[in-house]
Amino acid sequence: MNSSPVLAVTLNTFREAVRDRILYNLVAFAVILIASAVLFGQISIGIEKIILINLGLSSISVFGLLIAIFLGINLVFKEIDKRSLYALLSKPVRRWQFLLGKFLGLNVTLLVNTIFMTAGFWAALYYLNRKFERQDQFIWVAIYFILLELSLVTAICLFFSCFSTPVLSAVFTFLLYIIGSFSADIRGFGELTHSAPLKALSTFVYYLVPNFSDFSVAAPVAHGKAVPGTLVLLNTIYTLCYASVLLVASMAVFSRKDLK
Amino acid sequence: MTAIQISGLTKDYQIGFWRKRPWRALDGLSLEVERGEVFGFLGHNGAGKTTTLKLLTGLIFPTAGTAKVLGKPVGQPETFRHLGYLPENPYFYDYLTAQELLDYFAHFFQMDAGLRVRRREEMLKLVGLDSFRDMPLRKFSKGMLQRIGIAQAVLHDPEIVLLDEPMSGLDPMGRREVRDLIVQMKAEGKTVFFSTHILSDVEALCDRVAILNRGKLVGVGRLSELLRQRSGVEAVVECASSCSAELQHLASKPVTVSGGQYRLEIQEENMPRFLAFCQTEGVRLVSLNPIRASLEDYFTELSQSASDGEHVSSGVSAL
Amino acid sequence: MSRKVRAATVLAFVLAAWAASAAVQMRIDAEIAPYRNTSETLWIPSGKVLKRLSFGHEGLVADIYWTRAVQYYGGRRRDHKTDFSLLGPLLEITTDLDPHLMIAYKFGALFLSEAPPEGADQPEAAVRLIKKGIQANPDDWRMWHDLGFIYYWNLKDYSAAAAAYLEGSKNPKVHPWMKVMAATISQKGGNRETSRFLWTEVYQSTTDPSIRENALQHLNGLKALDDMEEIEKRVAAFHDQTGRWPQTLRELVTHGLLRGIPSDPEGFPYELGPDRKIKLHPKSKVELEEENEGTRS
Repeated sequence: MNSSPVLAVTLNTFREAVRDRILYNLVAFAVILIASAVLFGQISIGIEKIILINLGLSSISVFGLLIAIFLGINLVFKEIDKRSLYALLSKPVRRWQFLLGKFLGLNVTLLVNTIFMTAGFWAALYYLNRKFERQDQFIWVAIYFILLELSLVTAICLFFSCFSTPVLSAVFTFLLYIIGSFSADIRGFGELTHSAPLKALSTFVYYLVPNFSDFSVAAPVAHGKAVPGTLVLLNTIYTLCYASVLLVASMAVFSRKDLK
Repeated sequence: MTAIQISGLTKDYQIGFWRKRPWRALDGLSLEVERGEVFGFLGHNGAGKTTTLKLLTGLIFPTAGTAKVLGKPVGQPETFRHLGYLPENPYFYDYLTAQELLDYFAHFFQMDAGLRVRRREEMLKLVGLDSFRDMPLRKFSKGMLQRIGIAQAVLHDPEIVLLDEPMSGLDPMGRREVRDLIVQMKAEGKTVFFSTHILSDVEALCDRVAILNRGKLVGVGRLSELLRQRSGVEAVVECASSCSAELQHLASKPVTVSGGQYRLEIQEENMPRFLAFCQTEGVRLVSLNPIRASLEDYFTELSQSASDGEHVSSGVSAL
Repeated sequence: MSRKVRAATVLAFVLAAWAASAAVQMRIDAEIAPYRNTSETLWIPSGKVLKRLSFGHEGLVADIYWTRAVQYYGGRRRDHKTDFSLLGPLLEITTDLDPHLMIAYKFGALFLSEAPPEGADQPEAAVRLIKKGIQANPDDWRMWHDLGFIYYWNLKDYSAAAAAYLEGSKNPKVHPWMKVMAATISQKGGNRETSRFLWTEVYQSTTDPSIRENALQHLNGLKALDDMEEIEKRVAAFHDQTGRWPQTLRELVTHGLLRGIPSDPEGFPYELGPDRKIKLHPKSKVELEEENEGTRS
């Protein structure tokens, strides 16, 4: 396998995001964080750090999510729609390499974006507290989980983007994100119901949809709680498994697609 | 060795929003293009030219039939090393500059840095975009996009070049340059397969042409063979109206009358009878011009007869 | 053929990777189960903040929170937990988001006020919730009934209960029994007839199976108290007639004072204790209501 076509597509996807001024969102992020750090510094003692951590992690997640969805739905569609794909696919590159490159490219974009936001977040935290505490290390875990989550969202977008319009892809992805975030409730519902088919269905749906609630550790981390190492490992494996399901399915769909 | 081998190639699209129904864009196309040929692919819009070229590049998949490039099935990365393709109305990543686009595409051919820069520079000069190398493509005009499209198609010095409407969007100067480029590629021994609906280009460049109408091949052959049938003269005469019936009998097309002058086309084999007629009946010959065998007439005729549901003359389709 | 093989390979891979993800998910669930239980808190504890965050969809968000509250309550009961600490805040948020969600006040107050394992044993919180509901929905006289009920049943505050019923009965659309209830409670305080009436009212006012079940249990308990009182009277009659106390209930049957050994509402026979009091069969699940002074009529 030659990875060079994949790498070329990856870098070009990242370059597109940079040139399209996607990283400007960082400015908005910085404003929110600085404003909140200053604002909450004025209010009550004790809770301002919790609020800042919650707000910071949520902002990193939401901004990342927006970028992942809005770039993700266009990853493939835009190239088909604008026909830029014609010239590319008549080069010695396979369609799956193109898809993988696009996926990795968006992940690199999200990674860089998150790195910048994380730096700003730590700065705000330092500004507020004037020190770092031992349990702050778990903030890194929360950020790592956000990256895993974004990677999964990207894979979902890519999958829908292979056969659907951007608007529909966005709706599907967003719905799946919502359902995936509440999947524990779906299971809880199944456990409370007395109907066996409903119970079976809710269990099936629980394992079918991506479980985004696995990644939400922001709130406990804000309260200074530790995240077990096994959870880090398990979430990583989970993301790898689930994302590869979506990627391989996308490749299977896309490799037989007519580029009209 | 055949450069392109197409046999029974058929493509159905599903059209309609609610009730999908198949629509045949290409119907059983069989064609062979020899190496070193400049091959013109003619047809109206929607005749199936672009569909054929996309099938040849593996962008779409045939409903039936096969296509091979250099003896290999289309769509293999290996064949793309020897194949260049200019899409119709090309569009590229508009956030890149011309130079970056060529660099990007060069990565897929595993050129080393030196070769990459050399080829890129050659191509930019070739298509006359040397001075616009750092301009983002979003600011390019249609003609400039066409040029950069040609540059990326021949970037890797392919043996076979597929060009979809290469002259469209170009000014006369640009068209001249593209023509010269095709001539030059032919001289280098490359195979050029291009689609167009501009007939003068075909007449000037092509060894052979194929004519497509509504997805069906209606004629293919050497230009000289296709055009031989159209030899004859156009005569303008003045005579009494009593002669008109006989004139019509001799003419190959309906006779037109204006200001007492009759204008008629006469096939070569009818010339002796026509001249004899003129002499005996005292018809005054105003002018006598050989018909310029034009592909355009041929094309128009074929398209008309095909759309009338008639069969194309066997002499042509047998080629 | 090769296309079929490829499709099959892709399908097999997708299924295998999905199965792997499900397996990992099970491990994750096992991993975070204790973690989730111990750290159960509301991350956004304010209904007012949530109202802002719901961007005009507070009705929907309220419904979601109400569902969460019910699920929380149901889940706790299922797991036989006695700690219902999140119930109050969840209901608080629900009714902040949608002050007209009557069901949240009515059932929420019932969940809150009942003693474990049926509820959170927080009648004061239930009173607060209902009062909030009355304030937001002054036309709904049934809220006064719910309030009076909690005062009467859970808090045994009969003057407050009577006042609540009296206040509710000022509504022109009210059923006449509200006024009767106000008078009865202020006169007699707690009594079994009133309790029976109130629980019957609860039973009939809903179709929710768990609430009906709960009401039925209370009614059964009241019935059992009636039964036991009656049997004790017969025991006393036996003493009057024979001059001795019976050792078993069977003696009353042979003596003609009972037609057979009576059973409680769950079908278990009553037993005669050594203190000459009637008690429930050890296996019976009927719960006898706490008797207050003045309850026995």
